Amino acid sequence: MFGWEYPPHVYGGLATANYGITEGLHAQGDVDITLCLPKPWGDEDKTPAKIVAMNCVPIAWRDVDYDYVKNKIGNIMSPELYYKLRDHIYGDFNYMGVNNLGAMDFAGGYPANLHDEINNYSVIAGVVARTMDFDIIHAHDWLTYPAGIHAKYASGKPLCIHVHATDFDRSRGHVNPTVYGIEKNGMDNADCIMCVSELTRQTVINQYHQDPRKVFTVHNAVYPLEKELQDIPRPDHKGKEKVVTFLGRLTMQKGPEYFVEAANMVLHRTRNVRFCMAGSGDMMDQMIYLAAERGIADRFHFPGFMRGKQVYECLKDSDVYVMPSVSEPFGISPLEAMQCGTPTIISKQSGCAEILTNCIKVDYWDINSLADAIYSICHNESLFDYLSVQGKNEVDQITWEKVGLWIRELYERTLGWR
Amino acid sequence: MKTICLYFEIHQILHLKRYRFFDIGTDHYYYDDYENERTITEITERSYMPALNALLDMIKANGDYFKVAFSLSGVGVEQLEMHAPQVLEKLQELNNTGCVEFIAEPYSHGLSSLVNEDGFAEEVKRQCAKMNEYFGQYPKVLRNSSLIYSDDIGLKVSQMGFKGMLTEGAKHVLGWKSPHYLYTSELAPNLKLLLRDINFSDDISLRFSNKDWSGYPLFADTYINRIAGLPQEEQVVNIFMELSALGIAQPLSSNILEFFKALPACAKAKNITFSTPTEICENVKAVDSLNVPDTLSWTDEERDVSSWLGNPMQREAFNKLYSVADRVRIANDPRINQDWDYLQASNNFRFMTTKPAVVGVDRGIYSSPFDAFTNYMNILGDFINRVNNLYSTDIDNDELEGLLTTIKNQGDEIEMKDKEISRLQAKIEKIETEGDKFREQVEGKCTTKKGTPKKDTTKKSAAKKSATKKVGKEPVTNSSKE
Repeated sequence: MFGWEYPPHVYGGLATANYGITEGLHAQGDVDITLCLPKPWGDEDKTPAKIVAMNCVPIAWRDVDYDYVKNKIGNIMSPELYYKLRDHIYGDFNYMGVNNLGAMDFAGGYPANLHDEINNYSVIAGVVARTMDFDIIHAHDWLTYPAGIHAKYASGKPLCIHVHATDFDRSRGHVNPTVYGIEKNGMDNADCIMCVSELTRQTVINQYHQDPRKVFTVHNAVYPLEKELQDIPRPDHKGKEKVVTFLGRLTMQKGPEYFVEAANMVLHRTRNVRFCMAGSGDMMDQMIYLAAERGIADRFHFPGFMRGKQVYECLKDSDVYVMPSVSEPFGISPLEAMQCGTPTIISKQSGCAEILTNCIKVDYWDINSLADAIYSICHNESLFDYLSVQGKNEVDQITWEKVGLWIRELYERTLGWR
Repeated sequence: MKTICLYFEIHQILHLKRYRFFDIGTDHYYYDDYENERTITEITERSYMPALNALLDMIKANGDYFKVAFSLSGVGVEQLEMHAPQVLEKLQELNNTGCVEFIAEPYSHGLSSLVNEDGFAEEVKRQCAKMNEYFGQYPKVLRNSSLIYSDDIGLKVSQMGFKGMLTEGAKHVLGWKSPHYLYTSELAPNLKLLLRDINFSDDISLRFSNKDWSGYPLFADTYINRIAGLPQEEQVVNIFMELSALGIAQPLSSNILEFFKALPACAKAKNITFSTPTEICENVKAVDSLNVPDTLSWTDEERDVSSWLGNPMQREAFNKLYSVADRVRIANDPRINQDWDYLQASNNFRFMTTKPAVVGVDRGIYSSPFDAFTNYMNILGDFINRVNNLYSTDIDNDELEGLLTTIKNQGDEIEMKDKEISRLQAKIEKIETEGDKFREQVEGKCTTKKGTPKKDTTKKSAAKKSATKKVGKEPVTNSSKE
């Protein structure tokens, strides 16, 4: 399995999904997973999968002694594996900027030279594919598609790709041709395409011209909350001021401006509500300006980027969670909000709308409807209670184990075992 | 001899329009006129008119052998008056044959029987008056909205003077008993209960055109044979459904009307008659009383009120609505009363159901139960504000009612006093004119005599005048002070 991000070093939703899928497959009991990550930190959970650190894989032969290797990379990879991989170098890559182990460094995350890193990653994947024993390749998101293709042709094993998002979602239709090219190439070479929602599946079929017969929907799931997070108390806001929260990157894709406009409508009518727009992004300044222009800045707050426990504290403190995404392939965050017992409003253009029933769905552009829903949850206790309790019940049924089972079936179909 | 009781419900609600919370306080019109006209016209064309025509033909073809009963909700009648008066005319034509009975039901098709007895009685009375106005018959049998029934409701209905009531032959109530008998209410032995036969009714209204159903296709002779094949003692088969089942739920293309038209002939051959509910109440002997402690209805598999009051949202909306019931009744404002009827219709609560249903739920303009709830609560918010604005909310209902009665009584009193005043004033005038005459007489008689008597009389009449005026005025000032 090729991945780019993995918890606990989270940049976006991809890491969470990647972890969930790995865990879900591991729970099947008979699936062994080798997970390739560009730059693991050594503190990842290694029980569900064997982690291969791509920045420690040699692509040029270096004669280094055992203790040196152990000393240098021992915390993330065993020296035995290093030597095993070194035996499978398939070309002369000395011209690339390799270090004294013959490996390439990765910056990790999403640096400016992302395209170089993607290329390096796929070169390294060739070595890994020649070394390891496996039945099927699973590549997550466009960053790892080239690596998946390389591994497929090096090993002759079928390739599954997992589409967590497409560039159509990220750009509201104005795609980056390089990214589109990589995505299309990955899909064309894939034997099975897994999409996180029917919405994404349709994009893949229509915009990337894929055969519907090899494109499947694999909805994401959510992990049960840890005890520590579960124990965060929910403040009782009955009869008091209510908090409405938006939590996500402030980018075009997430539709933050619709949230501000809806907040404006609500605040025109009632003053007993506060709005909180957590997260950061390229539209942050624009949003602060918009809130000020509408004259609601006194009740509209920007706490900035949140991570870890902060996120859950914020969710538990909220009476309404809103995700007005313009185009969301799946969107795990509403599920997390529902786990916290927070009533949720999502846009109909989100993938998770396909599997959720106990939440309110509106069109992202319909700010009247959005404002109405916010007002209704804040003012009708029964609606709040119902969505809070039933939403939590519903989301507790959506587990990665079920996702793992379905992915395993798709593997078997792709391999022709079924 | 077996008899079939055929009954159809005619009811359409006023659809609520999309009402945002920022409309609260500014917009007091809640209805989607376009949607109302569209649905009524569609249902009239596709169902009501063809079905009523078929029933009329059946009556004409069979003399007074074929009989049928209808109930119309007041709200439904208003809708028909506005958009499809031909349906009412057709019903009157049916009524003229003498083979049709009209049944009472709550005016709003609402759930007032569950919470507000006074409101319920008042609604039923209004609907009965409407039936009387249109069809010249005052209903003797009642059916509650969606056949909702419990022992308490039965008692109430009996006190209102009805002979019988229609309700559901729900299995959990009947147990081993059969719905093919006449029963009486547990608390009110004089009230007869006609129980809907679920299978025979649903075979037509739910399954008739369903090709996957094992009984498909259903023919009139097999249907009647099944009824004829019931044990000898089981005499009454109650087939109740909505009239829109013929044409909407079961499309006309399924030949459902032909099926109906064939029923009388087949029944005649098997010596089965048709009866109206009143005839059954009068002619058939009740076998037993039926104990119904919990409310039942004809909706969903549970046959209870859970499709309207099953989740907390529905209950909140319901409780909020009926929290102002007494105030609406006391205030008695014509526009408020009208909205009150429309908002009570049980369909509004049905839209909010979150139950997984076998029969698909028609949610009208709403996309989800939450949407329906939000919209309804916005409207209710505005409505309750209007009700509360009529009279200060500091005064509680009893006090307000007391005050309003006093005001009304005083109004009556003032009116009476006014009459008294004008009567007395007339008297004064009469006396004055008489006095004048008398004075002239006296003056004419004794011009030579002293003028003292003349002075006396004028003084007397003036005194009398002020006295009567005082009497007339006094109560008025008194009452206005009270």
